[in-house]
Amino acid sequence: MAEPILQLSNVNKSFGPIDVLHDISLAVKAGEVLCLLGDNGAGKSTLIKILSGVHQPTSGTILMDGEPIQFASPRYASDLGISTVHQFGGAFPLMSIGRSFFVGVEPTRKWGPFSIYDRRKANEIAVKAVQEFGITRIDDGDRLVGGLSGGERQSLAIARAVHFGARVLILDEPTAALGVKEAAHVLRIVLEARKRGLAVIFITHQVIHALTVGDHFAVLIRGALAADFRKGEKTREEITDLMAGGEAMAELEAEIESYQSAHEGRAPPVADLR
Amino acid sequence: MNSMVEIQTAAKAGSTPNLWSSIGILMRRPEVGSFLGMVAVFAFFAIFGGANFVTAGGTASWLNVASEIGIVALPVGLLMIAGELDISIGSVIPAASMTVATISGYYDLPIMVGVLAALGLGLLVGFINGVLVIRTAVPSLIVTLGSLFAVAGLTLGVAIILTGSTGVAIRADPLAKAILGQFVGGMFQVTIFWWLGAAIIVGYLLHFSRYGNWILALGGDKVSARNAGIPTDRVITLLFMGSGLCAAFVGVSQALLYNSAQVSTGQSFIFNSIISVVIGGVLLTGGFGSVVGIVFGTITFAIVNQGIFYTGFDANWASLIIGVLLLAAVLMNNTFRKMALTYTPKKK
Repeated sequence: MAEPILQLSNVNKSFGPIDVLHDISLAVKAGEVLCLLGDNGAGKSTLIKILSGVHQPTSGTILMDGEPIQFASPRYASDLGISTVHQFGGAFPLMSIGRSFFVGVEPTRKWGPFSIYDRRKANEIAVKAVQEFGITRIDDGDRLVGGLSGGERQSLAIARAVHFGARVLILDEPTAALGVKEAAHVLRIVLEARKRGLAVIFITHQVIHALTVGDHFAVLIRGALAADFRKGEKTREEITDLMAGGEAMAELEAEIESYQSAHEGRAPPVADLR
Repeated sequence: MNSMVEIQTAAKAGSTPNLWSSIGILMRRPEVGSFLGMVAVFAFFAIFGGANFVTAGGTASWLNVASEIGIVALPVGLLMIAGELDISIGSVIPAASMTVATISGYYDLPIMVGVLAALGLGLLVGFINGVLVIRTAVPSLIVTLGSLFAVAGLTLGVAIILTGSTGVAIRADPLAKAILGQFVGGMFQVTIFWWLGAAIIVGYLLHFSRYGNWILALGGDKVSARNAGIPTDRVITLLFMGSGLCAAFVGVSQALLYNSAQVSTGQSFIFNSIISVVIGGVLLTGGFGSVVGIVFGTITFAIVNQGIFYTGFDANWASLIIGVLLLAAVLMNNTFRKMALTYTPKKK
């Protein structure tokens, strides 16, 4: 179990002349939650897209189970067990729970010469899979996904990924749009996925959520890995500072202070702050 | 009406929870709004249209209109559920009419050749639409607006070059006429049966085969659908080819029915089919709808369209009624969709 399932080694990505990611090396093991922290524009989404096969790295290698691999398409990555769940569950609001659970892999049964979509079976499996994650409120597979709460949708999407044999679960800001209670719910499901031996990559900019579930943390700043540490090695303040740009923030504070002492405590006009 | 009141009081008393919940299930289906609309419109014209409206002749008059619109509305509805629009059908219909009339009427080739050529033309236009929509990522409304005009111009130009006129006569043999363009019992168009068949096929595709799930997913969220492994490009192309084929079929049957073809006869189908589909509860932006709803919506539209002639009102009011009906239908469908979304089963 010591070997990471998924590993990035010196990965760079640029779009034309713009460098988005510099020299990223990361690894995630089975039964471990890797939290990827970073401000908006830090390159988190690009990194997710490389991990899920949407983009290919400009240079550097991706290793899966220690073997170098190229994800030619998102489909190929998901066939290998890498599953991405997006902020709103990436689901179809006007489809039933059963139907959306099985999009692309619908169960069918024979009816005379026709093969027809097996609604009962789809609903049963979907409801069971979600309930196993502790969402007992979902008991009718005919309900529309759009009628579920944000947390329930995330749970449905995670349950779906696990059901279809995901080994690596990439969660893209799953708690960003949720209330406190629902976020706690999703975090519990992240822990459940970890318990089942999945490797979870948890992308967020909420430090508290990350600290609650994470085993291993990586902070991205302007496309580079600014810190890579394990649970308990840094405090919340340190991480928040890091994410906010650390030094840049301290410089700004000093600038404001010096202005205030020179101008009888007034805040500086915006134009003076560069 | 009486039974409705009984049901409500019974449900309030809590004595028939099963009946209440099964009504609840019905209310959350996409076609419920269009069904109620259809019943209301039928009742309206049955009352104001006099005895003639409910005779076989009256029924035939709206069924005939419904069948022609319906054959086009079904694939247009599928496309709309998949998040696309096809308005090029307005040119494909006359183009197919002219193709079959020119080949089998003007040049006197076997009727089969003309029919196959016309249907092939429909498939080809659909294929081109599909490929353009996929390759250019231009909204399908714009792409098919382009092909609407392109095909119309092509039809007119070729017709003038080949036949020297904008209308061509065609004499079909009795068999072809019996299959494609005849009045059964003197008043019911044979297309009614084709419409029924098409509704069954499309209904199977959308609601019972796994491809229906692909279409719904495509309209719900194209990127997620693609990531889930659905061959989105192929599905979109096939759906456009389906609407091209059905439009061409209507064009062929019109040519055989009226024994002639004109270069400009299909434009009314564009809005009529879209109106029927929307009244039928299909969400214009895709992801939601049902075939039964589309059929109800088509019938509703046809009843209003034809029923006005049975009333004492000036036929000019028909468009007003259709406009109001469309808005009412959309609002009602929105309400029912919200009910479906916010539905949560009662805690036991």
